[in-house]
Parts: sequence; structure tokens; C-alpha cells
Amino acid sequence: MATESQWLPIARIAEQMQSGQIKARDLVERSLKTIAGKREFDAIIATLDGRALARADEIDAMVQKGDTVGALAGVPFIAKDNFLVFGADTTAASNILRGFEAPYQATAINRLEAAGAICVAKANLDAFAHGASTENSDFFTTKNPHDKTRVPGGSSGGSAAAVALDMAPFALGTDTGGSIRQPASFTGCVGYKPTYGLVSRSGVVAMGSSLDVIGPIARTVEDAALVLDVMAGIDPLDSTTISRDSSSYTKFDDIISRKKIGIIKEHMGEGVAPNVKAAIEASVQKLKDAGADVHEISLPSATLALAVYYILMPAEVSSNLSRYDGQRYGYTFADAKDLDESYTKSRGRGFGKEAKRRIMMGTYVLSSGYFDAYYKKAQTVRTKLINEFNTAFEQVDFLLGPTAPTTAFKIGENASNPLAMYLADVMTVAAPLAGIPAISIPAGESEGLPVGLQLMARSHHDRELLNLAHATEELLA
Amino acid sequence: MLDKSVLDQYTTTIGIECHVQFKTKTKLFSAVDNDAREAPANTLVSHIDFGLPGALPVLNKEAVHLALRAAFALGTEPQKFSKFDRKHYFYPDLPLGYQITQYDEPIILGGAVEIEVDGQKKTIGVTRAHMEADAGKSTHPTGTDYSLVDLNRAGTPLLEIVSEPDMHTASEAKAYVRELYLRMRYADVSDCNLYYGNMRFDVNVSVSKTDELGTRSETKNLNSFRAVEKAVEYEVKRQIELLEKGEKIVQETRGWNDAKQQTFSQRSKENAEDYRYMPDPDLPPVVLDNPYIEKVKAEMPAMPDEWRERLSKLGSDRAQTDTLLEAELDAPEVNYLELIEQNIANQAFAKQLANWFVNIEIPARRDEKVLNPGKNAERLAFYQAVYELVAGGKLSSTNAKTLITDVLAAHAYPQNVAQHAEEQGFIQVSDEGEIAKVVTQVLAENAKAAEDVKSGEAKAIGFLVGQVMKASKGKANPQMAQELIKKQLGQ
Repeated sequence: MATESQWLPIARIAEQMQSGQIKARDLVERSLKTIAGKREFDAIIATLDGRALARADEIDAMVQKGDTVGALAGVPFIAKDNFLVFGADTTAASNILRGFEAPYQATAINRLEAAGAICVAKANLDAFAHGASTENSDFFTTKNPHDKTRVPGGSSGGSAAAVALDMAPFALGTDTGGSIRQPASFTGCVGYKPTYGLVSRSGVVAMGSSLDVIGPIARTVEDAALVLDVMAGIDPLDSTTISRDSSSYTKFDDIISRKKIGIIKEHMGEGVAPNVKAAIEASVQKLKDAGADVHEISLPSATLALAVYYILMPAEVSSNLSRYDGQRYGYTFADAKDLDESYTKSRGRGFGKEAKRRIMMGTYVLSSGYFDAYYKKAQTVRTKLINEFNTAFEQVDFLLGPTAPTTAFKIGENASNPLAMYLADVMTVAAPLAGIPAISIPAGESEGLPVGLQLMARSHHDRELLNLAHATEELLA
Repeated sequence: MLDKSVLDQYTTTIGIECHVQFKTKTKLFSAVDNDAREAPANTLVSHIDFGLPGALPVLNKEAVHLALRAAFALGTEPQKFSKFDRKHYFYPDLPLGYQITQYDEPIILGGAVEIEVDGQKKTIGVTRAHMEADAGKSTHPTGTDYSLVDLNRAGTPLLEIVSEPDMHTASEAKAYVRELYLRMRYADVSDCNLYYGNMRFDVNVSVSKTDELGTRSETKNLNSFRAVEKAVEYEVKRQIELLEKGEKIVQETRGWNDAKQQTFSQRSKENAEDYRYMPDPDLPPVVLDNPYIEKVKAEMPAMPDEWRERLSKLGSDRAQTDTLLEAELDAPEVNYLELIEQNIANQAFAKQLANWFVNIEIPARRDEKVLNPGKNAERLAFYQAVYELVAGGKLSSTNAKTLITDVLAAHAYPQNVAQHAEEQGFIQVSDEGEIAKVVTQVLAENAKAAEDVKSGEAKAIGFLVGQVMKASKGKANPQMAQELIKKQLGQ
């Protein structure tokens, strides 16, 4: 993988676009060329050559005319293939949505386009974002840019690999239980999960609606913050969206001294690989040396977060996947002799193994007679976890730990063991359950594989979190 | 046929679920026109109604507003906290694979509706009412191997009003749905057009000889008051017949065949579907604050009960008042109720006005025979003038009716009603000499009847008075005519 990026910081690209030093067409062509040259990593499902080049020309014409262009003018980006985007199919890497052309676009995409960014490709993912490795993609498995025999993480593995492979300055991911942060950690990128509701979910294939967030995967915190700045804020098409911070997410004071940071005790114990633990401890030492007030803090319910997550998420998944019934769009079993067969064969053949597993689990926990024992109880624990986070945030401003218990694992290593695969989410599921913002930034490498450091903050404190992450990033570089 | 003595051994219990379609401009969760009556199939469908990936519902605030109005109309306050849930089942007219509804925390809990049957008042409890999105419409063309789905209706906002099982006869059931209709119309939450399915009723009926409730059947999708009444009658008879034969009632969903006036089995409920209800994470709960609730309460128009109370001073019966209440809805600009109320101090006139509305103007408007474009003030002045003529004995009630009918069908109200009545020859002749002449003539022409009167047959007088009226073209004062007949016959 390239150690030096071919891309300038995004803010610089926009500046140079405005001044006419560079052309959007060149940027898009360079991105498409890089994508074409790195096909063997299987990061990309489709490219949007025609539409991307046409948009590039529009932006170049605007610059030529002397118009002011947006904060992301000419910046190529790659969207995870669960974003509805014009110009290519939206498949969510699933057979059931193969060939589905979106008749409307995601709000996040519209906002990025309005700022001048250009979507050049759709990235691979675990089908419907169900997974931590892209091995659950119905199409192919993405390879880790650092080691082709290893996974890039997931579910936004294609997006993270694309950024690590320098295909574009940034990519979009979705995070339900860690799907932005864990692949960022595995590929050495920055992955940002905003506060729940800060970025509209409209036009993004839903996984677990009470958990899903949209966020950037980028090379630097600054780039990620700039992308967030463009996407954030209330959207009339998503009633769960919240107001954005009144000031920009890209203002950094880089002060680490006296920042109160808690190390989550439960995330540094059993199950964390020694090399990961060592990298995190080294990072903590650097933060302490820089004057941060770091101490251990306990979140007892954090150990239950994974169990809660694997009840609530499948419940929502089973509900959200109901609409894929073969009756209106996507895959239809054409030879069905009646409605029942049309349903069972369309869904039976259209959904992959993991989607079916989650539909079954979700259907089970929502069934009458089991609802109270599973769903309701899980909601109770979720509330308890939120309360614990609130208590923790009375003592500290940020929480810290590893993003994932291990570095990138081998392709196939966990494929036949869903439970082991689910454990990859153990550090990341708490933040979405609490709705709080979290980020993974690179914290060095172990045996050539990146380790990710996770930082979290209280709800709505995205700007503060990005500020600390920016300072920490510099410290660890 | 069942003997009455058998029927009387059973108690019938009826509960009704009523779906009311809100008259919002757009659908419950999408910005698409809610009025699909004339639209070609599948033309009023957004990405949400079609269930596209990534489509999120956004609650229509107008629907919440109407739900609050409905709460007040049902005699209760709305719940300050309510939420939406997903009810899962697969059907092609349900694009999301779930219906968005309110399961355990609906916007309306409790309420009551007073009905009157055969002069007996009775209160029917409302258990709850919740907002939900309608499904699309499936049709299964006969003789084909396919079905058609129209999603124009998908996402239409409904209020489902669930009654307590407080009704025991078909007449009570009919009175209840009628009263719901009136209240929803007065609250202006729905067009309540039954033909277009704006109001649909599911009727739960069970019969039992004991205090324990019998197994119920649910007859779904009734779309008229009469169908509700007839379906209950049919179900009661069917269930008792089965029980008398020693058979069991199956808990099931039934349909209504209006042509045959029969219910028919649709599906058994024994293997009840598990809807896997779940809170809808896409929709924040509906939280209402007091100022908003009070504001909506303050804007509520008078409900039927209030009008009944106001008009009760006239001593008119409920049927007459309800005719006025319904007519008001068909032609609100005509202001029947207000015109009566304005004159309530003059009880005799107000009562006469109500009678004329019910017996003359309302039927005339229904038959589209009211063409007079005059304003309500002119109309009221006209009625007042007619009333004075009648009260002063110058106009017979028969002629008053003709006069009113003619004037309503004319192009303007007469400047001078008395003069107009005179010109039309409607004014009663009370000149004894003139009537006496007519009487003499009538007696000469009807010698037999005159003889009968003489021999004490009272009925014959009526006939002779009628003949006098006829000969005078209705102008003779009938009382005076009668007295003169008696006088001339030496009675």
C-alpha cells in the first residue's frame, strides 16, 4: 500500500479547485485510474464513470465561469453500496437487490454533491452491512490492503480498503455496531461514527434503525471532520435527525493538557490481544505525557453490550428486511406458482446466510411470548448502559480503548464461527447502543497490521471528540 | 326459524372497531396527496409508500392535530405521550412488510359515546383509538391468475376507534356507528364518505346464555350503517342456530355479502398470526404539551351532543334534531342549526322553523329543488314573515308549505311576503259573507253529505269542509267554513 497519499488534504483540494490550479476531471480520472489499478483487492462493486465525469465537467465549468464552488469541490469519494446513489445500482452487496437502480438519492449524498464532491464508485460490504469482514458480501470478499490474506474488517470494509488504497480522499460508511470504526482500525484509517441522528439516514439501506449512523472514513481526522461538517444536521426526510453544532466541526485547538479521559476497564481485559493492548497502552502513555488526565473507569454493563446488541439489532434487521419480498423490485423468483412460493423462494434465494440468520434471530426475539424475555429485557439493559455512560461522563469528558480486540484476522478464520465473528464487535457496540459519538484513529502497527484507538464522547459532543482525536492523531503520528 | 322464546334466552354482546380516514392533505408519513378518489392506480405513491430501501416515514403533524380533535369529539383528552409500532405481516399491498400503527401506547385511551335507541339513552365506552397507516388495495380479477395492487391508498392516515363490548342489539350497533359518524363529521377530522370507504366498521359479535361471553366472530369491512345493523342481525341468528344445533362457534374473521345480506367465513383466527409488534425506531414518540392540547380544545366546534342540548328547549325529538344535524353537514352554509338557535327565545317560531327545515327545506335541498340564491338573512326574514301570516290566521299551514316550496325554488325572496301570498292567492278568506256563499253552493252540490251531517254523521262535516276549501282554492278559513256549514244546516 502507498505510504504517501496522492491526495492533498480535502480542504486544500477545494482551495486549489477554486483557484483553478487543479481540475475536477483530473481528480476523478485519477481516482478511477487508481480504482482500476487495484482491482485485485475487490474493494469496489461498481464505478460511476459517466456520471462522475459529467459532474466533474460541470464543476470545472463553474470554476471557469468564476462561480464559487463548495467546500468539497471536485473531491472524489466512494460510497458504501448501501447508499442510494444515481448512476449505478444500489445492491447493499446482496443478491436480492442486485440490479436495483435507486430512483432517489440519500440525503448524505445530496449534501456532499451540493458541496461539490463527486461519487466515483460504490464500495463492497457485508451484505446489508451484516458482518465484520466483508466475507458476508453476496459478491466477493475485500482484501486488506496491508495483507491480502486478511480481511479489511466490516461491514464498511470496501470503503475502508478503498481509502487505505488511496482510491479517493474519503469514503462513506455506515456504523450500526462498529461497521465504520472496526474496518478503519483494520486498515489504518480514521473512521468516524457521529452521534445518532447527526447525519440523515434517508436513502441508506437500513440495518438497525435505532443504531444506524452514517459517517466518513478518511485518512485524517481533519478530512473526516470536514466531510461530517457538510453532511451534518436536521433533514426533514429523517425524523430522528438532530441539530448540528452551530460552529464548524473542523475547528481544532489541539489542546490535550488536562483533558479528562477514562480508559474503559472492561475493554482492556480478557479477550484483548496483547499486541493491541500494548499499542493502546503506549498511546495512553503519550496522552499522559502530553498532560492529559487519564485514568481507568468501569462500565459494568459494557460486558453485556454485545448480548444486548445481538438481540436488538436482529430484531430491527428482521423488520427492516421485510420489504425485500420480491414483489416490487430486486430479485423475484419468477416461476412461483402462488404468492407463498413467490415470497419464500424470492427471499430464500435472494438473502444470504447471515441475513437469514439475523432474520431468524430477530423474528424469534419479537415473537409473542418471547418479546418480554429478550427484546424488552435488552432495552432495559440498554437503558442501564446509557445511564452508566452518563455517570462516566460526569467524571471524564472522553472514554478510550481499543477499537477491536485484535488486528485484522485471516480471511476464513472466523467464517464458520458466527460467534467468533460477532466478538469482533465487542468494543464497538456500546457506543451505538448509547447513541454517543466514537472515532477510531490509527495507533501504530503490530507486525505490519494497523491497530485502532477508539475515543468516545457524550452525545452531541462531536466537535469536542473530533478536536481531541485531531490532537491525539498528531501525538501518535 | 328460531322461536322468540329461544332467542330471548341469549344475550348478544357487540364491540365495534371503526376505521376513520383522516382528511389530511397528504398521507400519514409521506408528502403525497391523500385524496386518491379520482387518481389512476399507483400514481400517488412516494418512495415511502412504495417501501423503497432507505425510505423513512415522517409523521404528518396535521394527522396528530386531527387525532386530538377526534379525542375531544369522543369525550376525552388525548394522551400526552404516544408512540408508533410496527405490526408485521406479509402481503403484496403492504410494501414495508409491516403496518405502522400504535400498539400499546395509543394517542387516545378511553372516551364515551351516548346513543339513544327507542327513546332509551345509553353510553357506549370507547376503549382506545390509535393512528395507523392504511395498506394498499388488492384486487383479484375473476378468471385470471394474477392479482392487482394499487398503492394509492397505502399510507393513508386512519384512526381506529375501538369500542367496549357495550352494545347488545343490532339497533344499538347501528346507533353507535351513526353517532361516531356524526361526531367525526362535526369534529371535521374526516369526510366520512362511506362510499369511498372513509369509514369502515369491523363488528365483533358473540352470543351467550350465561354471564360468560361466547366465542365471537369478527365481520370486517362493513361500509354502511345498515350493513352494520344487518350483519349483527345475521350473526346473532347464525350463531344461535349453530348453538341450538349443539355446534360450536369458531372464532373467525367473516366478510359481508351485501347482495345476499349474509356474512361468510374468511379465515379462522385459531392460528392467530403473530404480528411481532415492535416500537418503530424511525419515528420519535408523539409528545404533546398542554398549550397545544388547550389550543386544539379551544378551536373545537360544537359537537352533536351540545347541539342536542341547545335545541332540547324546542322539545323536538332526537330523530328530528339528528335530521337537522345531518342536514347541516351536507349544507353547512345553510346554517340550519344557527338560524334555529338565533331564534330560540321565540320558542314557537323556532319550533316552527325547525319543522319547516325538516319537512320542507331539507327534503327540497336533497332533491336539488332549492334554487333561490338569497342570503341566509333574507331567508330567515322570509320564514319569519310566513310564520307571522300563519300565526295571524292569514295563511293555512298547507298553503304555507306550498308558498315556502315555491319561493325556495324561485330566483329571489319576495320583497313583501304578505303581498306575494296575496298575489299567489294563498291568503285565507275570513270574510263570513264570502265563505257563506261558497258554503251555500257546496251544500247544494253535495246534498247527500249535507243529509248525513244532519243525521248526525260527524265525518261528513270534514268532507264538506274539504269541498269548501277546494271550491275556494284553499283560501277559506277552514274553521270558519265548518261553523258556517253547521249553521246553514241548522246544527
